[in-house]
Amino acid sequence: MDTFLGRYRNLLVLAAILFAQIIGLALQVRRPTDSGETRLIRLWAVSAVTPIESAVIHTQEWVKNLWTTYIYLHGVRRENRELRAEIAQMKIEETRLAEDARMARRIQSLLAFKEQYIDSTIAAQVIGTSGSEQSRVLYIDKGSNDGITTDMAVITPGGIVGKIAQVFPDSSQVLPINDQFSGVGAALKDSRLQGILKGSPSGATTLQYIMSDEKVVPGEEVVTSGGDRIFPKGLPVGKVVSSEPGKDLFLNIRVVPSAQLDQLEEVLVVTKITEKMPDAKDLGPLRASDILAERLPSVPTKTEVDAAGNAKPEGAAASGTAPTGTGAGTAAHPATAGPGSKPGVGATTIPNKPAGAAATPHTISPGAAAETNGTAKPKATSPANGRAAGTAATAQPGEAGVQSNGAASTPAPKRVKPAPEAAPSAPPEQPSTSPAGAPPQP
Amino acid sequence: MSTRVMPFRGSLTSREQVSVYEFSWAAIIFIPLVAVLIQIFISVKVRFLPIVDLPFMVTIFFATARRNPITGCLTGCVIGLMQDLFAGPSHYLGMYGIALTIIGYLASSLGVKIDVDNPGSRFLITFGFFGLHQGVYYGVAHYLLRQGLQWSWSHMAISALANATIGIFVYKFLDRFKQK
Repeated sequence: MDTFLGRYRNLLVLAAILFAQIIGLALQVRRPTDSGETRLIRLWAVSAVTPIESAVIHTQEWVKNLWTTYIYLHGVRRENRELRAEIAQMKIEETRLAEDARMARRIQSLLAFKEQYIDSTIAAQVIGTSGSEQSRVLYIDKGSNDGITTDMAVITPGGIVGKIAQVFPDSSQVLPINDQFSGVGAALKDSRLQGILKGSPSGATTLQYIMSDEKVVPGEEVVTSGGDRIFPKGLPVGKVVSSEPGKDLFLNIRVVPSAQLDQLEEVLVVTKITEKMPDAKDLGPLRASDILAERLPSVPTKTEVDAAGNAKPEGAAASGTAPTGTGAGTAAHPATAGPGSKPGVGATTIPNKPAGAAATPHTISPGAAAETNGTAKPKATSPANGRAAGTAATAQPGEAGVQSNGAASTPAPKRVKPAPEAAPSAPPEQPSTSPAGAPPQP
Repeated sequence: MSTRVMPFRGSLTSREQVSVYEFSWAAIIFIPLVAVLIQIFISVKVRFLPIVDLPFMVTIFFATARRNPITGCLTGCVIGLMQDLFAGPSHYLGMYGIALTIIGYLASSLGVKIDVDNPGSRFLITFGFFGLHQGVYYGVAHYLLRQGLQWSWSHMAISALANATIGIFVYKFLDRFKQK
């Protein structure tokens, strides 16, 4: 026996050590994180090391800041000039985007969409990584003492980074989106195709579970879909680099993350997300440019004829009004759409001044059925509207839910649910209705 | 001079005896610790560092220098477990531990038989053992833990090449801590 032990001592020691570690693995797998012991030893290790690293990183940052803020000021004036020029350009861009945002909010309010807003964030500094290729986790210098909990989203202004995987008192572990065990609900921005963004051992990110018969163009942006309940909807994720047929009827779409995951220094941890309805009240009056922007190519549409012989569009809801098929001097407002109206397209009858008819005030009225002059004339050539006949009151295709004395109204898209507070609030005798309390536009 | 000599048990080199080096306790404790810390924290700034596996190199260095399989596998076990502590949430303690234990054992066993002090053999040993290290890690993750890891031969070969090349310089630096 002694001879055996002596002869195979090395192998026996190796086997004993391996056996102990495998048993340890098995225990961990059976009781992953709540067993206490594993969690505790990790906690001890991370807690012991992160203060040192925090101190080193912060000292390094301090020295760097001292250099860049006080000593290295060469070129600051030139940079300042360039930044000012850039700000001027961005202001112009911002004006355009603000218009788009207002339009989007109006549409959302019409459809009773709830928007997710990032309410509060905590800035954190990246102080470490896993140090191995198999795991791409990061360590940040904020932990449970700062209000961080697991599954919080971690983002940068450039795009999403990942989520909080583990929390320690003064540090947290972030699972980035390019880690092989990461998964993020994502969608293509233009085509709205939804899939799951997954990482890989090599650090490449792919958008999975999009059918191979879909067309995905390289360069298309990828945003969060909000389906994972971690990231708010619409945050930038990355751009499609390549798309090719993969296994199992799905496309193999490679995505380059928007956030510079390999150069992260500071990140934002999203600590609170709220959902609220966008408010159309504060959007301000519509302008002529909005109306023109919302116009779509006109396609003649069918109209229903009611029992009285009046033409009536499918989506019309305001009782007592009937389209008369001619520009009868009313100006159905673009922002007024009845139930069943298509998102993004309001009633876009052009408000050319129809002499002799009541000029309809422009109002933003989500859910309002229509804006009419209150007449229920079956004919466009009624005396009251006669002078306006022939003016450019043209309803566009898809602009349903509006009854006007203008051109033929169009059928409502069937996919869209009507707004709950729609038609009944628009009595026919009122020239314009504004249930949302929007101010009329002159 | 604390270098010992021991006879070859399978003469694979022209030499009849190989040197067994010893290290101070400070070196034994701090070199692996610093290697792991560098691996974890410097890689925030130097993003190619995860390809380079410093704890793995340190394990090979100690194992081949001390040429004792028991201390080799113990060194590998400790360094691997330290590395495990800082890995991701899906990473169980012991995955690197098992891989480096085997590497430590085999490297020290090999060190008994061949000369591992010249750069050429160090390059080959590091290259070969890196592949084995990745293979053991993959085997543990795939077969024991049922984790869906992807295996890439090209990536493994590039990483092994990088480690073997950088390892020559790392070993040269670590040679200073050998006690003579």
